[in-house]
Amino acid sequence: MSLPKPAMRGLLAKRLRFHLPIAFALSLVAAAAFKFAVTEPRKQAYADFYKQYDAMKEFNAMKEAGVFQSVRPSGE
Amino acid sequence: MLHLTAGRVGGLLSRRGVAAFSSSSVKMASHGHGEVTEQADMSVPMYWDRLDTPLPDRPYKDTLSSTDKSLKQKEKGPWNNLSKEEKLALYRMTFKESFAEMKKPTGEWKTVVGGIFFFIGFTGLVVLWQRYYVYPPHPRTLDEEWQAMQVKRMLDMRVNPVEGFSAKWDYEKGQWK
Repeated sequence: MSLPKPAMRGLLAKRLRFHLPIAFALSLVAAAAFKFAVTEPRKQAYADFYKQYDAMKEFNAMKEAGVFQSVRPSGE
Repeated sequence: MLHLTAGRVGGLLSRRGVAAFSSSSVKMASHGHGEVTEQADMSVPMYWDRLDTPLPDRPYKDTLSSTDKSLKQKEKGPWNNLSKEEKLALYRMTFKESFAEMKKPTGEWKTVVGGIFFFIGFTGLVVLWQRYYVYPPHPRTLDEEWQAMQVKRMLDMRVNPVEGFSAKWDYEKGQWK
């Protein structure tokens, strides 16, 4: 009945040595995934929107629709 | 709660340190007269069957008959001399229920789940009654025509034109993309 003596010390250190690199790597992966799946497409969408954006045309369309209080549609 | 024995309740009470409960006060507080409730004497070491505290303060059988006493004497010698039945008898002297017997499923979960469903159903009936007798009439902003006018106004204002609401509306064709 002679079992080997179990590890009595350094248990947390052993766990951290295993899990911390994995946690670090997974965090980097998560950040990279968010950057390339969310922020880059969003920046591109905004760039594309404003490339062809005519502010005066949009303003006149909104004015005719009657959403402004300071300037009414041309009919009134 | 159905499988709690009196001893286990006593163990739980002593665990909470309820030293004020003496046996006489419990007898006076119990309903009915003439029937004597068996209250464990908590001033001496107690026996319990618990999974988390496996070794009670005293063995189960503390008044041993002469055969039990002779067996206990035999236990002091080498255990290879004990037969299987003797070993089992010694175990049952020290413990009332084995771990397997303690862990036996009770079927209590069926009562619990049934009770949960029953009361959820009852609550459903209460909510239904509320819908017809308590709730005031709907505000007009939830009508179909009002909602349509609201959507049109949001599109006219160009709400979220880049990635959100108005981005999904095709302004040339006048329809959703």
